Amino acid sequence: MRISHSGAIFAQLRQIMEFLNLHDAVARHVKDGDQVALEGFTHLIPFAAGHEIIRQGRRNLTLIRMTPDLIYDQMIGMGTARKLMFSWGGNPGVGSLHRLRDAVERGWPGPLEIVEHSHAAMAHAYEAGAAGMPCAFFRGYRGSDLPRVNGDIRFVACPFTGESLACVPAFRPDVAIVHAQKADREGNVLIEGIVGVQKEAALAARRAVVTVEEVVDGFGPRSSNAVILPAWALSAVVVAPHGARPSYAHGYYARDNAFYIAWDEIARERQTFLAWMRDHVLR
Amino acid sequence: MTYTAAEMMTVAAARALRDGDICFVGIGLPSAACNLARLTHAPRIHLIYESGTLGTRPDVLPLSIGDGELCETALTTVAVPEVFRYWLQGGRITVGFLGGAQVDRFGNLNSTVIGDYTKPKVRLPGSGGATEIATGCGEIFIVMRHGARSFVKQLDFLTTLGHGRTGRERRELGIRTKGPVLLVSDLCIMRPDPETSEMVVTSLHPGITCRRVCENTGWDARFAQTVAETEPPAAAELEVLRDLHARTARAHGTAVASE
Repeated sequence: MRISHSGAIFAQLRQIMEFLNLHDAVARHVKDGDQVALEGFTHLIPFAAGHEIIRQGRRNLTLIRMTPDLIYDQMIGMGTARKLMFSWGGNPGVGSLHRLRDAVERGWPGPLEIVEHSHAAMAHAYEAGAAGMPCAFFRGYRGSDLPRVNGDIRFVACPFTGESLACVPAFRPDVAIVHAQKADREGNVLIEGIVGVQKEAALAARRAVVTVEEVVDGFGPRSSNAVILPAWALSAVVVAPHGARPSYAHGYYARDNAFYIAWDEIARERQTFLAWMRDHVLR
Repeated sequence: MTYTAAEMMTVAAARALRDGDICFVGIGLPSAACNLARLTHAPRIHLIYESGTLGTRPDVLPLSIGDGELCETALTTVAVPEVFRYWLQGGRITVGFLGGAQVDRFGNLNSTVIGDYTKPKVRLPGSGGATEIATGCGEIFIVMRHGARSFVKQLDFLTTLGHGRTGRERRELGIRTKGPVLLVSDLCIMRPDPETSEMVVTSLHPGITCRRVCENTGWDARFAQTVAETEPPAAAELEVLRDLHARTARAHGTAVASE
């Protein structure tokens, strides 16, 4: 029998949030073979953290992310991943993720197992993880071939109405990494703009690492409903200015759409990809 | 005024949207069509992008589904699980726009793979929101360029349900939303046959022949008893659409998109 979810959550609450530098946060919290979720729905994608994982040479990771985006294209192309759980694997508005395609179509740089979902399923699976539930159910996947190729998609009958509902296992990643605008001196984190599934991913994970643009004395005037991750729900906070580039941080810098377009050429061939990674990430 | 086939397609799709529609928008053609509608005949249309932006009014078309422009001009921005649970699954969206790499005669879509799933010839991006958009929205508009390789007899993979492999699956699965009620391509407009749910040509764009549609359709295309000619884009529609694309190109620092 698996450890109960509530037990895992109480264990996490006893953790004390630490301010760490990026190197130490990745060294301490991301291990070979871990299930890792780097979330951020187009906005606030934690590129700096992903690059640090590549630099530290992590291997055999299971990468979870709704939209793998350029960051997982880079991590897959550099051989960090054994498995990918995702729902939309393209370069938004541009086309293919060539490294992801090369891994799936030709097994380069190594075979990549895929577990494929829809967006709704991924969002529900994170929410269920955050809520300490073993699974999520929702009205989904009706008439689709996806349940035939993903054994994690099952159907259950509603005990009250008999309606057939899709059911997927909760995500409980070993570690989630998200990027946010700011933390205060205690390590509480404020996220603004398109908030995606960052809160759900951070609370679903056994260890949550947040990279931030800056640390401030106080958050100042804000809506009472601002999205805040309390320090006591986190494992580590890391100051990483521009840590989401070429994605963006609302209120700090804009999405580098020109780079997303340029990536299509860079990543199309293995050699140009490796040269770019060597010059911009590994150096 | 001269116009391109892509402009005809976007204008025809935009016209099908009603003022007051609550619309789930995808990137690319759907986004252009929805914003064209908002800037012309449907000022009270409510646009929702799956990144969580409700009632957004972008001045330029976003490159990605989560550009800052969408959030900054939105009525409110909610978390992604909320979009899919309360707004889509909750039945609050009247129309969803979809496309794909392949469509079949019943409006089913493939955006997953070309070839075998385990040994794909081309790995496509996958479902994204489409699988649940197709059954959660009141009705679905499909926008796709016509071509024998994309309008196929048999999908390599059924990512997203249209009317099913036989045209009867929606009813059999107890799905009460309408599914694809409109397919707009660069050649014609198709709508489902009320009896069989097969998508049939109801209107040809100006200058397009039945033969041209047949040559570019992988199944034996059927035509309605009376086939109309699509009204060509009006000067005002083209002006708004071209302005939108020009602003977008300036914002993204790229060449003007053709749609």
